[in-house]
Amino acid sequence: MSYLYYPGCSLTGTAREYDLSTRAVMDAMGVPLTELEEWTCCGASAAEACSELLSLALPAINLAIAEGMDARQDVMIPCSACYLNLKKTAETMRQDPLTRDRVNTVLAENDLTVKGTAKVRHLLDVLATDLGADAIRDKVTVDLSHLTIAPYYGCQCLRPYPVFDDPEEPRSMEPLIRATGARIHPWQMGAKCCGASHMNTKMDVALELVHAILQAARGADAIVTVCPMCQMNLEAYQDKIARRYGDVSSVTILYLPQLIGMAFGLSDEALGLELNLAVNNHFRSKRKAAVNA
Amino acid sequence: MKTAAAPPTRQDGAVPDREALHAIQKKIQACIQCGTCTASCPNEFAMDLTPRRLWRMVLMGETDAIFTSQTFTLCSACYSCTLRCPRGLPLTEAMHDLKQMAFRGHMSRYKPSTAFYGHFMNTIRRHGRIRETEFISRYFLTMTPSKPMLPLSYTGLGFKLFRKGKMAIEYPFAAPGKRSLEKIFQKVESMEASA
Repeated sequence: MSYLYYPGCSLTGTAREYDLSTRAVMDAMGVPLTELEEWTCCGASAAEACSELLSLALPAINLAIAEGMDARQDVMIPCSACYLNLKKTAETMRQDPLTRDRVNTVLAENDLTVKGTAKVRHLLDVLATDLGADAIRDKVTVDLSHLTIAPYYGCQCLRPYPVFDDPEEPRSMEPLIRATGARIHPWQMGAKCCGASHMNTKMDVALELVHAILQAARGADAIVTVCPMCQMNLEAYQDKIARRYGDVSSVTILYLPQLIGMAFGLSDEALGLELNLAVNNHFRSKRKAAVNA
Repeated sequence: MKTAAAPPTRQDGAVPDREALHAIQKKIQACIQCGTCTASCPNEFAMDLTPRRLWRMVLMGETDAIFTSQTFTLCSACYSCTLRCPRGLPLTEAMHDLKQMAFRGHMSRYKPSTAFYGHFMNTIRRHGRIRETEFISRYFLTMTPSKPMLPLSYTGLGFKLFRKGKMAIEYPFAAPGKRSLEKIFQKVESMEASA
């Protein structure tokens, strides 16, 4: 099993630890990743708010690059927004020849052609469907059974395309987290929205949504995420939310591959743990106890 | 947290004509006004028009009501309504269509959103990938005349990100790089102008 890899912009900057831990965990599981050559931005949530044609052309550039590299390998994407943009474009290119022609007229400017044959997969889909909990369990060297983890899926890896999980009550992370030894925090917030870019344009609204999520995580040692936007919204505004609402304390927020990598005994450095914005002392001391056990 | 709608005015950016709504009306014409979209929306608490009412306004061609409301800019693209709509309508996509109309119309009452997305797009147009510092600096420069305190809400986070090396010190007016998407953007603009 091997994959083409589209990291996306966030994973080269504010979500570098997601890139590091994804590569480290895949490497530990013997899964080669080949980064797309000269990939460009997928348009994030901005293109769809400005131009329909650009919102298809920008992901299509990267699909065309992938199709030119190796048509047999799936394209694995850790960012849910990038995943949805490339997935939606691939579906549109396959099903709508008129739109595909329009997009190819645009792509001709960069000497590229898109067919829509590339198979776009989210990192969580690859972990849950292709690799599975047993493959993770085989590699576990550090027991995390004293940790309780709240799985947070967010929106765009689940909806509108229900590919690998229930889009309203997702469970796909649970076997993976259990495989590390950790317990699951029971909650109903796993598929609720974090507000996405409202945090930059309508902060009051986003804080309200994140507050409800953090509040429901009470009792968990950490929330794990599978999207850099969700991660940033959950980890970066905790002080502000604590001041405003007065009923939440700090919550550790990790990327899913960081948790898996901890169970594999990978170093903090390899997992980029020093880059996270919300890893609290409670979590650090619990983790230390696990490593020394 | 109901946001009061700004009083209807055609001065700050022209409200689009009714005809401009035709494509969206076609997408949602099977709407039965059941309200599943409203009940599913995580941002409904902050909207002045519920999603169900917004779709009614779209079908009735009520452009003034639509483009004085903040409802469509409060869509965070969670796709819950699209997933649950019993008529299978592409409601999130229709929200995007309204956002695009507001963006093209330069309507100042949607400025935080349109400026944010506009600067994002211009940054990737020049560099092919996002340059966070350049993008955010330009966004703040546009916003501060009307919201001088806005950058302060993010200062603490900005320092943290710089300290962790997650944001780079960047000159916000750097020349386009080797991954520039200028030709792609120009082609899209010329095709959209002739459509």
